[in-house]
Amino acid sequence: MKKAPGLRSYTLFYLLFLYGPILLLPIFAFNDSRVVAFPLQGFTTGWFAEMAADQNLRNAAKNSLIIALSVATISTVLGIFAARASVRYRFPGKGPLMSMIMLPLVLPEMIVAMALLVVLLSIGIPLSLFTVILGQTLICTPFAVAILTSAFQSLDRSLEEAALDLGETPWSTFRLIILPLVMPGILASFLICFTISFDEFIIANFLGSGQPILSVYIFGQFRFPAKVPSMLALGTLLVLLSIILLGFAEYMRRRGIAKAGGKVSGGFL
Amino acid sequence: MAQTPRSEARTGLKLISPTAIYVILLLAVPLATVLVYSVMTGGRGIVSFPLTFENYAELWSKSVYGYIMLKSLLVALVVTAATVILAYPVAYFVSFHVKPERKSLWLFLITIPFWTSYIIRVSLWFVILGYGGVLDSTLAVVGLQPLNLASYSILSIIIVLAHAYAPFAVLPIFVSLEKVDRSLLEAGQDLGESRWVTFLRVTLPLSMPGVIAAALIVFIPTVGDYVTPELVGDGKEPMIANLIETQLLKLQNFPQGSAFAVASMLMVGIVSVAFVLWNRRFIGGAK
Repeated sequence: MKKAPGLRSYTLFYLLFLYGPILLLPIFAFNDSRVVAFPLQGFTTGWFAEMAADQNLRNAAKNSLIIALSVATISTVLGIFAARASVRYRFPGKGPLMSMIMLPLVLPEMIVAMALLVVLLSIGIPLSLFTVILGQTLICTPFAVAILTSAFQSLDRSLEEAALDLGETPWSTFRLIILPLVMPGILASFLICFTISFDEFIIANFLGSGQPILSVYIFGQFRFPAKVPSMLALGTLLVLLSIILLGFAEYMRRRGIAKAGGKVSGGFL
Repeated sequence: MAQTPRSEARTGLKLISPTAIYVILLLAVPLATVLVYSVMTGGRGIVSFPLTFENYAELWSKSVYGYIMLKSLLVALVVTAATVILAYPVAYFVSFHVKPERKSLWLFLITIPFWTSYIIRVSLWFVILGYGGVLDSTLAVVGLQPLNLASYSILSIIIVLAHAYAPFAVLPIFVSLEKVDRSLLEAGQDLGESRWVTFLRVTLPLSMPGVIAAALIVFIPTVGDYVTPELVGDGKEPMIANLIETQLLKLQNFPQGSAFAVASMLMVGIVSVAFVLWNRRFIGGAK
């Protein structure tokens, strides 16, 4: 490896720029002042207490949890169907169908949300947590398909053929051979969909009709300067949570690929 | 168990059907509806016949709408250019100067901020750039004049968006740099080219597909971003997404809102196709 001090310090500076705002979270979450500005005023855990006592916040967190768990489950199941079909089988219309499924990745989220909203309003389906789940599943499924496709691709086809030759049915082969091998991919997909849904704002805001949902609640609270410090405390917790979940997802994904005999490369995307 | 192509096709279709049906019902049908609504007549909360191109004409004739569309396009292009240019050296560093076993750690470090709550990251900028916020108070401590950047709405929107989508750009560029055949670089230098010329004539053209992919990945969500103009720009500088929201939700003008949505999709589509065509040149040249 050649040394490149200039590039190296640029990259470190870039990382600082990326992390800068996030590093402010814990600093001001423990700062004993309602005003978020330097110089710091002293240490307090009061904002965490204020956050924990906020009943609306707890409701919002509960709703977000319900939504994220449902979205992660449904997207992963839909992802399994699509990924398995596209990796293993050839069938007419595969290209267009897969493009349609992956389309939300290249559409501005606002368009997806608005199109769905117009239809829901026109046929008179009331907005609720359920409609948020419907919309977010649409956004998360492409991510699930992408992760699961690489999981299914690294499967050795001969294992499956051997099981079929030894008299297993297609379903029991899937359950006994394929499912355990792609399990890490399934978990990774579940965790990533969970994280995306938990953070998602546009669909939660427009298809949720003012139901308390965490991202929407945070967005609202930042407009009141007095509420900002407790939101920073919440942010600190959420950032920690996402890092833990993602670290775990990445670990599962690597283990899955290694288990199937593949080589780990790149990141999630 | 050998399968005939016919039964294989049937199994495949059966397997993909739950996902396909979901997407058709919840994405294809709504998009088609928006397309149809955009050529209908309508008022508050109603859509009716006759079919008309009035909504698109409205978009053309009212300079406010044109201004917002154009502004969104320009902001997104500036953000895209800034993000890609800032990300390139980082991707280059990780690909060429980091030991192979350390690469994924660096990539993981770069991608983490992207996965942490988008709302919190954007809202934090609101606190940083705002009047008497972190930036200005820091400057005051050092004895400098406050900048009050938040009052320059478009500039602060650009800064925030460039930060929010920065990690998106590194990965595709990194992937394309990894594919660059290292022996070509040695060949270039053996033939007497300087390192800089080798970079310009070999590495950069070969990594262009990644650069263009990065540009697309940043451009699409940026042009449709709703949160940043709403929060950082204080709502004073609406972009397309905010315009669509106003028409569809606040004014309940479905046809007009749909026309805006279709127009913005067209805009995104045209820019994307331009990027893809540009990319084709480089893929062709790489052969």
